[in-house]
Amino acid sequence: MSLNIAVCVKRVPDTAAEKKLDPTDQTLDRESVETILNPVDEMAVEEALKLKEAHSGEVTIISMGPEGAQPQAIRKALSMGADKGVHLNDPALHGSDAQAVAYALAQVVAKGSYDIILCGAESTDARTSLVPPALAENLKLPNLNFVKNVEVADGRVSAHRETDRGYDVIEGPLPAVVGIVWGANEPRYPSFKGIMASKNKPVETLSAADVGLDLAKVGLAGSQTQVVASGARSSERARNIVDNKDGDAHVKLADFLQQQKFI
Amino acid sequence: MPDVWVLIDHEQGVTSKVSHQLLTAARGLAAKAGGEAVAIFLGSGWATAKDRIAKYGATKALVSESTDYEDFLSSPSVETVSALIAERSPWGVLFPSSPSGKEIATRVAVRSGLGVLADSTNVDIAEGKLSCEYSAFGGSTLVTKTLKSGPFLICVKPNAFVAEESAADVSEEKIEASISDDAKRVVIKERVQKEAGGRPAVDSAAIIVSGGRGLAEPANFSLVEGLADEIGAAVGASRAAVDAGWYPHAHQVGQTGKTVSPQLYIAVGISGAIQHRAGMQTSKTIVAINKDAEAPIFSMVDFGVVGDLFDIVPKLTEEIKRRKGGG
Repeated sequence: MSLNIAVCVKRVPDTAAEKKLDPTDQTLDRESVETILNPVDEMAVEEALKLKEAHSGEVTIISMGPEGAQPQAIRKALSMGADKGVHLNDPALHGSDAQAVAYALAQVVAKGSYDIILCGAESTDARTSLVPPALAENLKLPNLNFVKNVEVADGRVSAHRETDRGYDVIEGPLPAVVGIVWGANEPRYPSFKGIMASKNKPVETLSAADVGLDLAKVGLAGSQTQVVASGARSSERARNIVDNKDGDAHVKLADFLQQQKFI
Repeated sequence: MPDVWVLIDHEQGVTSKVSHQLLTAARGLAAKAGGEAVAIFLGSGWATAKDRIAKYGATKALVSESTDYEDFLSSPSVETVSALIAERSPWGVLFPSSPSGKEIATRVAVRSGLGVLADSTNVDIAEGKLSCEYSAFGGSTLVTKTLKSGPFLICVKPNAFVAEESAADVSEEKIEASISDDAKRVVIKERVQKEAGGRPAVDSAAIIVSGGRGLAEPANFSLVEGLADEIGAAVGASRAAVDAGWYPHAHQVGQTGKTVSPQLYIAVGISGAIQHRAGMQTSKTIVAINKDAEAPIFSMVDFGVVGDLFDIVPKLTEEIKRRKGGG
C-alpha cells in the first residue's frame, strides 16, 4: 500500500541561542534569534522518508507561521527528500497557543487525505508536547505519541513508546497521528542534489480563509492560555565554591549535604 | 462544585510520588476555591490505592475500575475524565506533567472546549484568579499564566510541590464508565522493561546525580551510579555523554532531554553548557564537581567543588556511607 504521509514541522530558536519575550505582547521574539528546523521534527521527517522508501508514496511537509524562516524549515525538509510543502501563513495566527496551533494545523491536514500524520513529539523551544495529541483530537484520529521504531503493515501502525523503565509496544489503525520522540533516528543530511532539487519542489501558501479557519479559535484572542507576567527568574544561589587543594572537599561537601538534610 | 481533582498516576494501585504531590497541591487549592480535594482513580488496584490517597488528604474519590485503562493507550482515561467534567464541572483538574499526563489533559481540553496549561511549576489562586508559574527558555525566565475560563486543566511538573501527609477519610464513589470502541483503537500490546535497577526515574526523582564528558569513558559512570545509590538518587547524563553513547537517552537532562526540578542536583564532570542548564537550573539545590574552575556550571551552584572527580566522588560516596551508618 502506497502511503500518503504528512509531517507537521515548526522552526525553533537554535538550541544554543539565548531567547527573550517581546515585551509588548509576551510572545517569543522570533526575530531576535537564529532559527532552525526543530531537531525533533527533523527526526519525524526522517521517519516519514523511511516509511516512503519502504512503502512508496508521497511526503508533504506542513508548517504554519510568518513569512521568512518558516518556508526555510519547509525547504530543509524538502532538501532531505520530502516531496512538497504547505505553508499556512496568516497574520490572524500570531500569538496562537499550542491548542490554537493544533486546531489550525488540523484544518490544513483535513484538506488532504493522509494515511499517517507525523510530528516531533515536542519542540526544543516551548516543549509543551501539546500539539500532537491536540492535533489528533481535533481530527478525531488515534494518537501514538513519544514513539520510535514506527512500522506500517496492513493498514495499521505500530511503534515503541518510551516509558520510565523501558518501552511499550503500541498499535493502532491508520490514519493516525504519530509523535516521534527525540533520538528516534539519525536524520539524513541533505545531499547537494537534494538541495538543488528542493528548489523546484512545490510549496503551497494558504491563508486562514483558504482552510476555513474559525478566527475565534486562533491568535492571541482565540487562545485559552494567557500570559499574565514574565521576567528573569531570580536565581540567587550561594555559590559556595571550595577548591580541593587540601584534599578535604569531599568532607565539606558532605557537611553541606548533611546541613541540607540530604544525608 | 469548586472541587479540585487530581488524576491519580499509579501502577496497579501503587500511587506515584507525583500523585501525592498533586494531592497536597489540590488540598491547598480546594481550601481557597471552597471545595474538596478529589482523587480520580482509573484502572485496577483501588484497594491498594485507597489508603495511600487518604494519607495525602483527598476527602473524596471517583473510582472507575476497569482494565481498559491499562490495555489501551490514554483514550479511555480521556473519555472518562471528559464525561466527569461535563457532568460535574469541577474548579479544575491537576494532571502529572508527564508524557501520558499531558497527552490525556490535552485531549480532554480539546474534547471539552477548555484550555490547558503544561509544565506548571506552581499553581495558585490569587484574588480569585488562577495563576500558574511556568519556566521558559530553559529556566532563565519565569512566566505567569492563566486560563480564560474553567474548569481549569493544569499539568504540574514533578517536584513542583512537596508531598505532605494529612490523613483524611475518603468517601468513594464508583463510576460506571462504558468505554467506547473509538477509545480502544490504540492497543498496548506489550510492556518491555529494560532496566531492572531499583533507581528512581530521572523525571520524578527527588535527587539526581548526573555525569558528563569529564568522566572520560563510559565505564566511569559507575562512579556516578555509586554516589547515586548511596544517596538514593536517579542517574542523569549530559548530552555529550549520551551522544557519545556512554549512557541511554532516557537519562539525558537538558534541552533535548528531560527538564527536571529535583530537590538536589549533583553535576559530576559537566561543564554546564546552556543546553544542559536548560534542563536543570530550576533544581532546588545545585552541586557541581568539576576540575575546571571556569566551567559555567559554577555560576549557578549552591555548592561547588573544584577538583578531580576521580579523587573526590569515591571519597564523597564513602563519607556519605559512613555518616549514614551513624557517624
